[in-house]
Amino acid sequence: MLSRQKLRIAAFSTAVIAFAATSGGALAQKKYDTGATDTEIKLGNIMPYSGPASAYGVIGKIEDAYFKMINEQGGINGRKINFISYDDSYSPPKAVEQARKLVESDEVLLLFGPLGTPSNSAIQKYANSKKVPQLFVATGATKFGDYKDFPWTMGWQPPYQSEGRIYAKYLLKEKPDAKVAIMYQNDDFGKDLLKGLKDGLGDKAASMIVAEESYEVSEPTIDSHIVKLKSSGADVYFSMTTPKFSAQSIKKVAEIGWKPMYFQSNVGASVGSVLQPAGFENAQGILSAAYAKDGADSQWDNDEGMKKFYAFLAKYAPEANKADGSVVFGYGQAQTMVQVLKQAGDDLTRENVMKQAASLKDFTPDTLLPGVKINTSATDFYPVEQLQMMRFKDQKWELFGPVISGDVGG
Amino acid sequence: MSTVQEVVTEAPAIEAVPKKAMTLGYGTSLAVLALLILVPLFVKNFIIFQLTMLLIYALAVMALNILTGGSGQFSLGQSAFYAVGAYTSAILMEHGNINYALTLPVSGIVCFGFGYLFGKPALRLSGVYLALATFALATAMPQLLKLGVFEPWTGGVQGLVVTKPDAPSFVSSIWSVFSGRAMSQDMWLYYFTLAVSIGIYVASVNLLRSRSGRAFMAIRDNEIAASAMGVDVALYKTLAFGVSAGITGVAGALGAIAVQFVAPDSYTITLAISLFLGMVVGGVGWLPGSIVGSAFIIFVPNIAEGISKGLSGAVFGILLFVVIFLVPHGARQVAVIAQQLIGKLRKS
Repeated sequence: MLSRQKLRIAAFSTAVIAFAATSGGALAQKKYDTGATDTEIKLGNIMPYSGPASAYGVIGKIEDAYFKMINEQGGINGRKINFISYDDSYSPPKAVEQARKLVESDEVLLLFGPLGTPSNSAIQKYANSKKVPQLFVATGATKFGDYKDFPWTMGWQPPYQSEGRIYAKYLLKEKPDAKVAIMYQNDDFGKDLLKGLKDGLGDKAASMIVAEESYEVSEPTIDSHIVKLKSSGADVYFSMTTPKFSAQSIKKVAEIGWKPMYFQSNVGASVGSVLQPAGFENAQGILSAAYAKDGADSQWDNDEGMKKFYAFLAKYAPEANKADGSVVFGYGQAQTMVQVLKQAGDDLTRENVMKQAASLKDFTPDTLLPGVKINTSATDFYPVEQLQMMRFKDQKWELFGPVISGDVGG
Repeated sequence: MSTVQEVVTEAPAIEAVPKKAMTLGYGTSLAVLALLILVPLFVKNFIIFQLTMLLIYALAVMALNILTGGSGQFSLGQSAFYAVGAYTSAILMEHGNINYALTLPVSGIVCFGFGYLFGKPALRLSGVYLALATFALATAMPQLLKLGVFEPWTGGVQGLVVTKPDAPSFVSSIWSVFSGRAMSQDMWLYYFTLAVSIGIYVASVNLLRSRSGRAFMAIRDNEIAASAMGVDVALYKTLAFGVSAGITGVAGALGAIAVQFVAPDSYTITLAISLFLGMVVGGVGWLPGSIVGSAFIIFVPNIAEGISKGLSGAVFGILLFVVIFLVPHGARQVAVIAQQLIGKLRKS
């Protein structure tokens, strides 16, 4: 039993040698790493199905349903996807345990879409030392696109810094003499977004930003911070907040009669969970940015991509709520994964999968806004980097202007 | 007598345990030890990692067991001590470049001090009130770790990545003579953890058998009688807190090294409740039960997830309910029943 692994490696290498010898180049080269065979590709995933972030667990369910659809359609180059998803309850030590289980016990080809900054930070070093791809992590923390130090880790959604840069571009164009007040959440999300904005404003950041306030997630209300920001005399206000605080902020700003140019981070721009509770009348004219289509917005009813998305939901995930951003997210992420595996062809080694993930060219998943394209390269590990500005009117977001790119890779 | 004191005498619903019953017999101990030493030789690295976590949580559960089973005080704040231990070790290793083995005693001492100081004001509280005070500590800890003031050391929400130690070269070379291959980091860490655990276990058993241990148990059984007999109640209560926190801190430090990562979200109230659960399942006041309790909190959630992904929490709840219903005294009860059965078999 001691040398089981050795035996397996020996058997495997003999098989490979024998295969290479007999095939003699007549067949296309088939190359496999652990987790891939002629009939199957094993993907490992970690999701918070329980615990404080369990609302995101739906992403895992949608991905599972998506791969089921792909399998029914014949799989990828004839291989079925075996999607193994475990619960980490949003706890980093548990994520490490599950990642090791996936890699060492289930022997998956790669880790796909683990969710959350803390969990991904916890497994990043492990995945890179084992040379197992940690692909399309479900977090916008900018540190997951560090191709130099972590060549086996790649993000998917626009990094928060990109979003910040895009607001900066818009602001410099529309209101170069603005006096900016910023409210940000004191964690990686808020700080990343803030850094993006400051980098985007460049030399003018120091003179434009007149006030900054941070809050802790544990604070019951952020009202007092907002009053303070108003007193700074700013005419532009950034709310880099998560849903609960976004709603509070919109309400309070309206209540104290402050009428700044209002930017709301994408995370807290959900119509159902933020703008409605805050009151539509308070939210008119608020600015934000998006990269994906809103599943509940009727303007996409005749959109080719979204038609496919709705058909998928009807057949494979009838219980899913199409207004939930996580549903749209899971679909787009899974579609990108399938594209990478298609590109990898018969060379399903971890190295080649990583290489293909880093050579996506103008790929457009069904659920991304028109014009938003996925591009990666050996020196750009941020797949989605474009967003479009949007303004809230009546009861929904209206997209306007061009798709803006906020590259942080380079 | 005030109502608070009423609670004091009622709260520890623990049977008075004879000294011997707090530990295992020599034969059984050796068998368990042999198993713990031999199993890792035959399994994959991933299982070795799980076994390491098993030992680490067993240590933390045992620490709580000394506090609750020994001195009759409740704590839902063990996760806070665990976090302090983990962070102390991680900071010393990553910022101070101190050897991992040397960080363990430091973590233990820091946590002993922390626990002792926390035990001082907590002296005024008993039973459920004490449980609530410690609960507050557990909820506050993750947020304290995120504070901007400490960020240069703690890394804030991003946490700290810890480097996993390699086996020392002399161990590694002896090992390769026997097995013909290098010792993996996981295996080394397992045996390192095992050695530390055994050391702490033996010390704890001796502590409970000593004069101090008797003082703990006297306080647990009847605080007033204990003080009448001349036991310094305040001193021994805070001491129990300190010892428990110190051991938890060492467990936390080992946990940080094994997981290679510390972040505030790793040490939430859920961890404290898990440890409490482990203690109850293992049998309150029965130190060897700690490893059973630890196994319960590590493996049962995985089993529950295997049964139903969406309802893993509910399945876990049902399993827990079944255990509490069938064997309310946990693993100790199972052990006693087994012992009786063996006794009967021998007679017949």
